[in-house]
Amino acid sequence: MLCEHRYEGFRFRPAEPAKESHIARAATRDDEETTPTKSSSRQLRQRVSGFAFRRSADNRVLTGTAGGLAEITGIDPTVVRMAFVVLSLGSGFGIVLYLFAWAWSDAATGEAQRPRWSITESPLRQATALGAISFGLLLVVRGTGLWVADSLVWPLALAAFGATLIWVRNDATDSPLSGRAPTNPLEAVFASKASLRRTAAGGLFILAGMGALLSANVPLSRAGLVLVPILVTIVGVSLIFGPWLWRLAQQLSDERRERIRSEERSEMAAHLHDSVLQTLALIQRTDDPQKVSSLARVQERELRAWLFGQSGDAAADLLSTAIDTMASRVESVHHVPIEAVVVGDRPMDERLMTMVHASAEAAVNAAKHSGANSVAVYVEVEDQMITAFVRDSGRGFDPAEVPPDRGGIAESIRARMERIGGRAEIVSAPGEGTEVRLSLARSL
Amino acid sequence: MKNATISVFLVDDHQFFLSGVRSELGDQFAIVGEAGDVGGAVKGILEKEPDVILLDVHMPAGGGLAVIEQVRKSNPDACFLALSVSDAAEDVIAIIRAGARGYVTKTISPSELASAVRRVHGGDAVFSPRLAGFVLDAFAGSVQAPIDPELDQLTQREREVMRYIARGYSYKEVARELHISTKTVESHVSAVLRKLQLSSRHELTRWATDRRLV
Repeated sequence: MLCEHRYEGFRFRPAEPAKESHIARAATRDDEETTPTKSSSRQLRQRVSGFAFRRSADNRVLTGTAGGLAEITGIDPTVVRMAFVVLSLGSGFGIVLYLFAWAWSDAATGEAQRPRWSITESPLRQATALGAISFGLLLVVRGTGLWVADSLVWPLALAAFGATLIWVRNDATDSPLSGRAPTNPLEAVFASKASLRRTAAGGLFILAGMGALLSANVPLSRAGLVLVPILVTIVGVSLIFGPWLWRLAQQLSDERRERIRSEERSEMAAHLHDSVLQTLALIQRTDDPQKVSSLARVQERELRAWLFGQSGDAAADLLSTAIDTMASRVESVHHVPIEAVVVGDRPMDERLMTMVHASAEAAVNAAKHSGANSVAVYVEVEDQMITAFVRDSGRGFDPAEVPPDRGGIAESIRARMERIGGRAEIVSAPGEGTEVRLSLARSL
Repeated sequence: MKNATISVFLVDDHQFFLSGVRSELGDQFAIVGEAGDVGGAVKGILEKEPDVILLDVHMPAGGGLAVIEQVRKSNPDACFLALSVSDAAEDVIAIIRAGARGYVTKTISPSELASAVRRVHGGDAVFSPRLAGFVLDAFAGSVQAPIDPELDQLTQREREVMRYIARGYSYKEVARELHISTKTVESHVSAVLRKLQLSSRHELTRWATDRRLV
């Protein structure tokens, strides 16, 4: 079987042996093409519905008719199908029989009536269908007598099949596995396992076609006389045009690489323009040194996230991302550097969100009141607990005589944590900085 | 002051930064040379044999890593303090593993930079909160079958010290919290640095491999 990589989603019925012969399948598909239109068959079916059996929903190639017959008779469905095929090959009687059986039967229950062989489903199926139609047409033409010669048509068909295999590209499956542009033409052709396999298979078909053509039309005794000039011609032509073709292909791949590079460059330029250049302009217009450094830090954070960060959904709801976002938000509003360190990680949930809010409140508090020139946020996910520390080495206060503005905040942090079953502790002394310690059991 | 005897060599490809550091440290240390590229740095360091080398992590032609590797081939005792634009783990772990005694960010204040230079010269390590956090992450949990139990696990005390540093405590504050001397804190940190440099813990090697740092 060729192009196995494209057989994804190509589900054979379980009862059928995987290696159904090509002829059988092609002929079965022939049947499909001669199936009458739905409306007329529906009328027919309505008349005979009294005798109906059900077509099989999950054991079917075309309509499930054979599967249904097999189910009610107990015969192996493959045998039923083969019988239809063999009868069709002889006189077309099998097709008529199949149509009758189909008309006789009722639609399968359960599964929706989605045709399993829908042409839109995959390019492979489309190709198989077209191949089968061509094969069928050839057979029909051969039957009518409008025929050149077996010895010419079959080898040509074989070679045409091979050529199609080689020439038709599917970019989705052929893109190089390494994710970079191929560096030379040979690599471009053989870059992926899939295209290598297809090229090899196509080549074999063409060779077989050529062999068949030659052996059918040239007596063996004279084969040498024909083959030698052919070989000499091939070698000569490739000597003349080979280097030129090679260079052409090389140029093409160079151009392609250059294009990819310039696209990357313009994407990067766009990003830098929107972020770094804007910040630099802002910095030049700012006099306050603290504001300058906080602008620089926010920009650094953003640039670093762009360069090294995990992007997309994977990082979107992790505790570490939430803490980092919180830190840069507080930093950009209050112009005090927030150093956030997270050890361990876990997906966010509502309780963690509350904890992040509580630590944000503590960080804002420290930034506004402590006078420290930086605030450290440390979060650790342990086996049982999640702990968070927000610390500044600023002026601190005596918890016994809490200034009203800070007391309110301390109470609100405590209330938040208690609501989710956690604890908050505030440690401070005048001149010794302040530390807010939050803890939360991982599960209630 | 005895500090005047510490000789310092500067390596950075940014002239601005070089001149800034020179003016900040010039009156406390003897700046014996400077270089702006890997080749010049290796040559100058081997020639001048400075006490401490301030080394920029990001430079063309291999960066600070190349300098450390080449210098340590002939002078394994050279004492490096790495400077990086930030203390993100991807910048510094490789350079610590290569043999730097510590690192500081370029945003560090002059007085902190001076004390970091003194600290690495005194044989201690310089850890920032983020590096401490990274260490806690990398050495989290216990190893099933440690290759070298000495190196592959942190002691309870070392873990505590790292946790305090990650929380933003200075060495002095850590010492006060744990009721030990600053010297003891420093020796714990040095022990952790050694483990960070030499341990073959799965997490460290995998971390480095993921980022193509080995």
